[in-house]
Amino acid sequence: MTGAINMFKNKIIIAAVAAMVGLAAVPANAAEGGARPERQAWSFAGIFGTYDQNQLQRGFQVFREVCASCHSARLLAFRNLSEPGGPDFSEAQVKALAAEYDIADPTAEGGARPGVAADRWPSPFANDQEARDANGGSLPPDFSVLAKARGVVDPFPTWVFNYFTGYQEGGADYIRALLLGYHDEVPGTAPEGFELPEGKYYNDYFPGHAIGMAPPLADGSVTYTPGEDGVAVPETVEQYATDVSAFMMWLAEPHLVSRKQTGFAVLLFLVLFAGLMYATKRKLWAGIEH
Amino acid sequence: MSEHSTYTPGNAVEKWLDDRLPVVRFAKEHLMDFPTPKNLNYWWTFGAILVMCLGVQIVTGVILAMHYTPNIGLAFDSVEHIRRDVNGGRIIQATHAVGASMFFVALYIHMFRGLFYGSYKAPREIIWILGVLIFILTVATAFMGYILPWGQMSFWGATVISNIFSAIPLIGENIKQLVLGGFAVGNPTLNRFFSLHYLLPFVIAAIVALHIWALHVPGNNNPIGVEVKESRDTVPFHPYYTMKDLFAMVLFMIPFAWFVFFAPDILGHPDNYIMADSQVTPAHIVPEWYLLPFYTILRAIDFNVLFIDSKLGGVIAMGGALLMLLIVPWLDTSKVRSGTFRPMFKWFYALFAINFVGLTYLGAQPAEGIYTVLAKVCTAYYFLYFLVILPVLSRIEVTKPLPTSISESVLGKAHA
Repeated sequence: MTGAINMFKNKIIIAAVAAMVGLAAVPANAAEGGARPERQAWSFAGIFGTYDQNQLQRGFQVFREVCASCHSARLLAFRNLSEPGGPDFSEAQVKALAAEYDIADPTAEGGARPGVAADRWPSPFANDQEARDANGGSLPPDFSVLAKARGVVDPFPTWVFNYFTGYQEGGADYIRALLLGYHDEVPGTAPEGFELPEGKYYNDYFPGHAIGMAPPLADGSVTYTPGEDGVAVPETVEQYATDVSAFMMWLAEPHLVSRKQTGFAVLLFLVLFAGLMYATKRKLWAGIEH
Repeated sequence: MSEHSTYTPGNAVEKWLDDRLPVVRFAKEHLMDFPTPKNLNYWWTFGAILVMCLGVQIVTGVILAMHYTPNIGLAFDSVEHIRRDVNGGRIIQATHAVGASMFFVALYIHMFRGLFYGSYKAPREIIWILGVLIFILTVATAFMGYILPWGQMSFWGATVISNIFSAIPLIGENIKQLVLGGFAVGNPTLNRFFSLHYLLPFVIAAIVALHIWALHVPGNNNPIGVEVKESRDTVPFHPYYTMKDLFAMVLFMIPFAWFVFFAPDILGHPDNYIMADSQVTPAHIVPEWYLLPFYTILRAIDFNVLFIDSKLGGVIAMGGALLMLLIVPWLDTSKVRSGTFRPMFKWFYALFAINFVGLTYLGAQPAEGIYTVLAKVCTAYYFLYFLVILPVLSRIEVTKPLPTSISESVLGKAHA
């Protein structure tokens, strides 16, 4: 009898597993029409992950010199750039940087004044319509939380493991892949049989493949200052793409480092506390048959 | 209930208070001395965990409301303002968002525990019905809460779900307009959802009080489903169950904290980091995971039945799936409460649990191909389980012999 029940049980489990695998075999993102970005070894991934300050500073440079001419970052304030856990510029650097920008201010003489650390990053266009007009009808998305507004849909069972590994870097993976996803010989780039609308560019990772943004990066287009150790960072599209993706992740999640640090203390406390609670509970119940 | 009371006022002040408002006596009777079956397992700790979840949501929610702005032009940025600029805001916001998911994890476990151990059977029908009301109100509250960040999924989720009302014949369109405050989801919708999202948790808290009151009349059910017969079947709630429940709460906080601190966005949808845009429809509109089983049932009815079109049919099925829970005590008439002693019930119950996971999974998949077929199969089993399997099993099942009492059962286990 027990044997029969166990067999029955096993059959149910096997059937359930088979059904799950069967369901999962259909790629969930097949309809999205973009290739799957490869996972990168980000410094901010995992429970011990923190931002690489140098990388964020380089990424900010790429953002400022390249991306910011079309993309806004309306939730970024200059002061954020000197806050701990981020690019960690000095307050003097941020003050000087902000002063380079003219901030629209109706109370100032002439309607504009030099920026201060408390100001938000000025947007390149006055409104969405102007942004579209300047970009062939496409709206360059705001960067503030873009790295969290993009993601990678993982097939089963990967998405289950993600809950245990805390994988949150899909947005950075996607943005990096997108920046590297253009084909070499622009603009005659679309594979045969793909009808690329005029003014669009073919990208392996963009949903639908036809993206309005021209390849923004080129080797050597941003000049990095070598670090104090004199080691030069390669000035390649791949390096720029990686750095700016990391910067965008910080921009979207500026308190990641302190959040994880607090998390360690909280989890450590909870685990120890739970252990003590369990010991107390056991002792209390020891005399009771239950 | 006063027969459990061992309270004697310790001094003149306590005596004075006890004669006028016996709150201390009440607390002593119901939070400390209350006789509780001694064989409750850890599935029984989820009631206390749910009280904690509701408390966490209310406390974090009240703080969030101090910084949030319910206006379609400002809501999205005000939530980001909380994450970026409010002291500890990232953690408070993450706790509230993750807390909703954890609330439903506990809620589903609590309900499935009741379904397995027959906790809804006489004399506990009212406890169960109040519980179902709490569940439905929690679904409504969570749904309205998801609108508030005013992201793409907020907006389109609200658009899809509010369309449900328009399926009601004759008055549907009017109800929909009343709910939305207009013809489409907009600023009036956001404002009334915010108002109701703040109100409903307190209504839930009130029903929770009734739920616990109703529980304290017959006392707890227990894993063997045999009523308490003598005082040695029970232990006082405090310290035995206060300790056990507190331990379980701390244990529950561990995965909770894991998500809050290490993966706060993993349970949400990336599209909700895009501000709501009525001109751009997301590729897939998916509700939060805890609503997926019922979303699957809504979508599974894609065919007309006589004069009922598929849209109304889906709404009837989804509403029915929720409301049917109210009559479960009268669908399952088996005299034996606990599934442990019901050899056939066990298997149908296990299949029901797997089926429910299946409904959840299917809700996140596009309604095409094999998924629509599976959705119909799973929906059919959901209804069959309650409407056919439970009533039939009650008649034909040969149950195993029950232990005569809780004490006999635990002694048998201890010496086995």
